[in-house]
Amino acid sequence: MLFALVVLPATTQANAAHQPAGEAATAQPIFAEGKGPLAGGVLVASGCIIAWMLLARSGAAMRLRRIPALDAVTNAVGRSTEMGRPVLFIAGIQDMDNIQTVAGITILSHVAKTTAEYDARIEVPTSRSLVMEAAREAVRGSYQAAGRFDGYNADAIRYITDEQFGFVASVSGQMVRERPAACFYMGCFFAESLILAETGNSIGAIQIAGTAESSQLPFFVAACDYTLIGEEFMAASAYLSGAPDQIASLKGQDAGKVIVGALVCVGVLLATLAALNPSSTTLQNLVNHLRGMLGS
Amino acid sequence: MGRVLSVLERLDRRWVFLAMALAVAGPILVMGITRKTLPETPTDASRAVFNAVQRLPRGSVVLLAFDFDPGSAGELEPMGVNLTRHCALRGHKMVFISLWPLGGQMIDETITKVLRADFPNLQDGVDFVNLGFQAGNEQVMRVVLSDFPRAFPTTKSGRATADLPILRDVRSVSDFALLASVSAGYPGSKEWVQYVVSASGGKLPMVSGCTGVQTPQLYPYFPGQICGLLGAIKGAAEYESLINEWVSDPANGAAMEVAQSADGAVVVIPPKYLEAQRRMGPQLGAHLLMVVLILLGNLVYLAQRRAQRRAAA
Amino acid sequence: MIRLVAIIIASTAGLLMLLSPFLPALTSAGAQSSEIFNVIAAIAFILGAGSLVKVNLSRVGRRDAGWGYALVTLVCFAVTLVVGLGKVGVPPNPQFAATPWAGEKDAAGSAFWWIYEFVLTPITSTMFALLAFYVASAAFRAFRAKNREAMLLLGTAFIVLLGRTFAGVWLTSGFPEWASGLRLENLSMFIMQVFNTAGNRAIIIGIALGVTATSLRILLGIDRSWMGVGGGGE
Repeated sequence: MLFALVVLPATTQANAAHQPAGEAATAQPIFAEGKGPLAGGVLVASGCIIAWMLLARSGAAMRLRRIPALDAVTNAVGRSTEMGRPVLFIAGIQDMDNIQTVAGITILSHVAKTTAEYDARIEVPTSRSLVMEAAREAVRGSYQAAGRFDGYNADAIRYITDEQFGFVASVSGQMVRERPAACFYMGCFFAESLILAETGNSIGAIQIAGTAESSQLPFFVAACDYTLIGEEFMAASAYLSGAPDQIASLKGQDAGKVIVGALVCVGVLLATLAALNPSSTTLQNLVNHLRGMLGS
Repeated sequence: MGRVLSVLERLDRRWVFLAMALAVAGPILVMGITRKTLPETPTDASRAVFNAVQRLPRGSVVLLAFDFDPGSAGELEPMGVNLTRHCALRGHKMVFISLWPLGGQMIDETITKVLRADFPNLQDGVDFVNLGFQAGNEQVMRVVLSDFPRAFPTTKSGRATADLPILRDVRSVSDFALLASVSAGYPGSKEWVQYVVSASGGKLPMVSGCTGVQTPQLYPYFPGQICGLLGAIKGAAEYESLINEWVSDPANGAAMEVAQSADGAVVVIPPKYLEAQRRMGPQLGAHLLMVVLILLGNLVYLAQRRAQRRAAA
Repeated sequence: MIRLVAIIIASTAGLLMLLSPFLPALTSAGAQSSEIFNVIAAIAFILGAGSLVKVNLSRVGRRDAGWGYALVTLVCFAVTLVVGLGKVGVPPNPQFAATPWAGEKDAAGSAFWWIYEFVLTPITSTMFALLAFYVASAAFRAFRAKNREAMLLLGTAFIVLLGRTFAGVWLTSGFPEWASGLRLENLSMFIMQVFNTAGNRAIIIGIALGVTATSLRILLGIDRSWMGVGGGGE
């Protein structure tokens, strides 16, 4: 917490200076009011994930179902190599503060390693400057790891524009002109998702998409060959790495889902009983307390 | 029949594009010439938005977040226009902000189109103010939760917000009577719910207008965290029809738009306040075309499957 | 060494952001972390602009396929930059009349405003409008009743497509009051509020847990493939 030690005293002084005159300084509570249930939820979810990671490190075997979209990555890159056409990778249109973009960049590093091994050309147009820099680092590291640093071309990873439709117009034009054989759309997308997917369809590219943006999933499912839906996309990096503790984190995630599902069932049961028994004050108070606790 | 199906099987998608262009252009032309709009039956979600603005006491300060850009203005601009108009008709004070870089200009256009044109007595800084765009996405939302003036120290034109009468009693976002979010994506209504409405502990009521693709994402929050929802241009048309119906009732005293016609005191709604309803015509054409295309596509698929079975047998 | 420093920065900032909503003492520090990101993103924009100019200049110089588009990009970039930074054609600010360049860069009548009104707005609206055409071609090509689930999907699509327009109201307006729930517009609302909401909630919960797991892997330094070590887990 080096940052907090350096920044905190300065900001505390600044905050004190902004206090209205006459207002007595009150001690800050250590823990934020009303955030207990949220903190509990975070601890439970994180605890499940960490517990499974520790289990994996102690030697427990972890099985994962196949994800066809990720198994198709190698085939897609191989196809590009055979056809002598590039691989197009788009890591979404949001910045590095979006976890989907980070997930997209982690997948990019795996795809870049495959393209390096197959000696295919990869193109990565980006919509944010910071993403361009992160993507360059990821691709460079992957080419280095594959022993093909001579094949790395920094200009293939370039910034287009922050403007959503300007970006998709440029990428669509690039797709029509250069006709990539494989297109990867991995990240946070909005309205431009269908334009990209349909353009890729029109040039006959194999398309693999992944996003946690639920409003765009239907477009990708309709137009792409493979789609990673929501948490599959988040799991992609762990899946591709094959590392036991990363795969274990996915098991922990599933355990968290089971717990949430159980809580939903309990909540639905209580709410239904309360609705059927309006005269029961115990049930009504319990349901209201739960509602208040969960902030609805 | 077989020939038709084989044509459909090999159909160049540009014919589909042409059909869509005609399906959209036709109703625009017809409605433009006839000046008629399709009747709207407001849903509960749209009616809830109308009621949320209606029941606020006169003079309430409303925060309008225009988080969209020209690309989605087709769906969202009518929502912004009608929310502004409704607030002005009800005598509410309006504070406009945006978390999208081009949102500030969308606000300027709405203010020019609605407030300066039809409510010239409203004063900038007293009855409404444009605080413009602020960078930072959710960080801005976190700041406005506790310190609104810190997030927006100046207006879009450079005036200090501390000097403005409209923001005199506003310390945090919870001091607003209502948050109206018009949202095209990220950051938008979902982030307002997650970072502001939930954190305010129910003190800040919120209504939302969003694009069609975003509507399914926001339905889980209605009617809990979001008390009213305008989904796509349909929701905008429903809300617009509710306002027009209210304005058309002489008993409501919305005198600003009552205009004398040759027949007597007939309320004439300016075309800019019929825009959402007019856009339902092209929507009807497009949706009907989609249904036809899906049916045709499945006819082709069934024919192909039958041919494959015959070949296999 | 560089990798270790990057992991330490990522982990520290990430844990700070994670704890700041719960510990009031860290709220300001968390806010400042976000502000630092904004500053870094703004500085990175210079790199992005540099890359844009370099790549497009190379294309024009080498006369690559489509070099004309690169030339258009460069000209538009330069013109918008000059017009915006120079506040070309901006009327004076009435509140600061004596101060030059005090007007808003996008004030009505300015060159930047003109570019916004007559170039950017029509172009972005046009690109957004393309979606209508692409949705139609995708519907014709891809919405096939291949199995039971697909048929259910198609049936739902018809109800919602018709229910959200006047066609739905007209087709089922004759239904009696006791069957009003089967009117297309009401059925469409029911689908959105019940089935769609349930499905979306499930997807949102799954995504939230996925985000938690991904973030934990990155914060704990277990997944390092975002740095491009070609496989992570090292």
